[in-house]
Amino acid sequence: MGVSAPNSHLVPDWDSVFAQLNKGQMTDFPGGVHPPQAKALSNTTPIATPNLPDVLYIPIKQHSGVVGTISVSIGDQVKKGQALTFSSHPFSVPVHASTSGTITDIMEHPSAHASGLPETTIVLTPDGKDTWDLLPVIEDYKTASAMVLLERISDAGISGLGGAGFPTYIKTNTQKSVECIIINGIECEPYISSDDRIMREHALQIKQGIDILCHITQAKRVIVAVEDNKPEAYKALAEACGDDERMLMASVPTKYPAGGEKQLIQVLTGCEVPNGGLPIDLGILMYNVGTCFAIADAVLYGKALTQRVVTLTGQALTKPQNVWALLGTPIAHLLEHAGYKPDQQKRQKVIMGGPMMGFTVLNDTVPVVKITNCLLVPAQDELPDIDDEKPCIRCGVCADACPAGLLPQQLYWYSKAKELDKAQDYHIHDCIECGACAYVCPSEIPLVQYYRQTKAAIRQEADDKAKSDKAKERFEARQARLLADKKAREEKHRKAAEARKAAMENKGNDAKDKIAAALARAKAKRAAAAKAAQDNQQDDAN
Amino acid sequence: MQFSLSSSPHNHVRRDTKQVMQMVCLGCIPGIIAQTYFFGLGTLIQILLAVLTAVLTEALIVSLRGKSIRAVINDYSAVLTGVLLGICLPPLAPWWLVVIGSFFSIAIVKQLYGGLGFNMFNPAMTGYVMLLISFPMAMTMWLPVQSMALHPYGFSDAISVIFTGYNLAGYDVNQLREIADGTSQATPLDAVRSGLIAGQTYSETLNASIFGGSNWGLGKGWTWVALAYLLGGLWLLWTKVINWQMPVSTLAGVALTALFLNMLLPDASGGVLFHLLSGAVMFGAFFIVTDPVSGSTTNQGRIIFGALIGFWTVIIRTFGGYPDAIAFAVIIMNIAVPLIDYYTQPRTYGHVQK
Repeated sequence: MGVSAPNSHLVPDWDSVFAQLNKGQMTDFPGGVHPPQAKALSNTTPIATPNLPDVLYIPIKQHSGVVGTISVSIGDQVKKGQALTFSSHPFSVPVHASTSGTITDIMEHPSAHASGLPETTIVLTPDGKDTWDLLPVIEDYKTASAMVLLERISDAGISGLGGAGFPTYIKTNTQKSVECIIINGIECEPYISSDDRIMREHALQIKQGIDILCHITQAKRVIVAVEDNKPEAYKALAEACGDDERMLMASVPTKYPAGGEKQLIQVLTGCEVPNGGLPIDLGILMYNVGTCFAIADAVLYGKALTQRVVTLTGQALTKPQNVWALLGTPIAHLLEHAGYKPDQQKRQKVIMGGPMMGFTVLNDTVPVVKITNCLLVPAQDELPDIDDEKPCIRCGVCADACPAGLLPQQLYWYSKAKELDKAQDYHIHDCIECGACAYVCPSEIPLVQYYRQTKAAIRQEADDKAKSDKAKERFEARQARLLADKKAREEKHRKAAEARKAAMENKGNDAKDKIAAALARAKAKRAAAAKAAQDNQQDDAN
Repeated sequence: MQFSLSSSPHNHVRRDTKQVMQMVCLGCIPGIIAQTYFFGLGTLIQILLAVLTAVLTEALIVSLRGKSIRAVINDYSAVLTGVLLGICLPPLAPWWLVVIGSFFSIAIVKQLYGGLGFNMFNPAMTGYVMLLISFPMAMTMWLPVQSMALHPYGFSDAISVIFTGYNLAGYDVNQLREIADGTSQATPLDAVRSGLIAGQTYSETLNASIFGGSNWGLGKGWTWVALAYLLGGLWLLWTKVINWQMPVSTLAGVALTALFLNMLLPDASGGVLFHLLSGAVMFGAFFIVTDPVSGSTTNQGRIIFGALIGFWTVIIRTFGGYPDAIAFAVIIMNIAVPLIDYYTQPRTYGHVQK
């Protein structure tokens, strides 16, 4: 008995995929939920530009991968777009000064991360002039080599702006053949409208970014996917891309998490990214619309990534809206801009990201970073806290909601019992932490939290095992060495004894030798007795 | 400014366990009304007693376990167990029967296994089976349709019989079971069963008064009760409190097994409609089999689970020692749940089906 998904291990047949998409036919992914959208709160006004903040906190790591080395010192004057870090490591992209000003400190500062753990942060005090230090403009990208463009994307500090923050040039610099680029304008998280606004207002520049990506990857096809709750954004992109025959617009039915990379691929192509593989294994590269905008900025306008669109929303804000926020802007500045009313909340809380996958930030000095798409500030009854976990009644609503085809209640059971092997047997690593299961759970169990802990425990166990394996290896090597030494010693002694024996036999009748030997024995005995007495004395003294 | 922290998701649907339990209770109402209409007010008193005992037992054990009584009682799961058990008991069964059954369901079947979510077996059905095995006489004292009864009873009669064994006029349960001709009226399942044992063919057994001349084996009153539970069950389906897999597969299991057996042994086994609309099949399919705690949790598993419950129900009815069998079938399949769940795991994204 098999769940129908015969394409799970196949590569898409692009001609038929496009033919079907042209007819509006898509594949539904299993599970998913329909939380209240609440997008209208923030998506009705154009993207605003707030005043310069008094200070910027620029963490040196804003992407997944390796951090670079800081290339400025305290007191340095920097210009907007100037790189603050450098690295020769391939998994690193630089961070840049988001405006012109002075480096006033380099310190540990609370991170824009669920843990809030401090991380190395460059403090920049703006001079108010916002003077650019532009990279040389690559006007005719079509004559530029892929290497030059990739280097530019890297130098401009571009990492995926959709959420994961994976360095864009690494993803793009693939050795495999790129059949199709998918542009992700789904934005399935409720409340968030930053992609919606950038699509409406900057469709042409997004198209420029797509063109550059096509030139680099030599991709022949592009699917631009927008969720059907954003008709204006769809229209704007359709106008920008419409007469390009490589490009196909797809209006995807609204369902969370349709914007997840794996889910969107399933919806559009009917195929699944194989377990342990990447979209490129299906010939696919996927980019967020904001990333495309940033790529065009970097290549055509010489601008490094210094700002992004951030949705400021939630009913505890009097002026919810989208803004161009400089990277490093402390969220207090943006909250003030949007009219934050702390008294609208019983417990003050700010969520970075959406209500399904976002995390709460530690305090209001936490900066906006490259992956910050939203600051959600819910009023008291808008998104009530739940801390009343009840027993699982195995109703299976979670399994019906899971887009990855997992059994969340089993994973919860094994997580709670700390049965890490079982949790892995039930594919806990395929959980994308979308939160659909916990969203529907009638017992209000924080399921995703359990899975995160279990994943961490599994990682820890693997690390520990690697360490103990290494220790064991060293121990065993030492034992073997000692054994070999012992054997060698014994062999030597045996040979010496044989030699002595042979010598004795040769000279056995020599009385002189016998006398000498007896004398030597007596001497040795005396010496041994003297030593024993001395040892005894020492022992007594001790 | 420091902020408070919480983990994602920050948004939740507003239907919690308590509401689910309450809605299942509400879904029973059409069936309870029909049952009361045809067989008197005794059912209401049984439900009341069962609920009261269940809640008190739950409170007692929860307090012994040192947990918050309020939080546990508030989830309405004990209330639901009481309602489901009360529905299954003969309307005028003595009070101690209900109390023992309800106590057993909660204390032994549910709380001793760890409380809500940890019980292997369906509490109401296990309590029912315990009573049926221990007190077979009292548990089969079903009443005639009240419009045909020689001595219809009222509310105070019901209370009197349940607590003293006699109604206000001094009749005991056996006398209250009499119909106009002075015989006691059996349930459709009993009528067919005793007829078959007496050597009649299935179609001959349908001449019993309870069928009122129906060639389809539709028992008077009982058919309407079954349809009323179907109505309540459809409401639960419509409000998405239950999934379609289990009720549909249970009914399909009953129907197909009955069809097959009836073709094989036309004289010795009941017809499809007879099996579907008599006894507790309809009630069981929507309100018992769908108990999530003791049932299968995968979609394929739910279908297998339900279908086999339907299968066993008809098999035990036809070849077993008891007239009805939903409770036995449910308990048998409860045991098989871990196995079913293990072999019906859904295919995970990106994995090839094993």
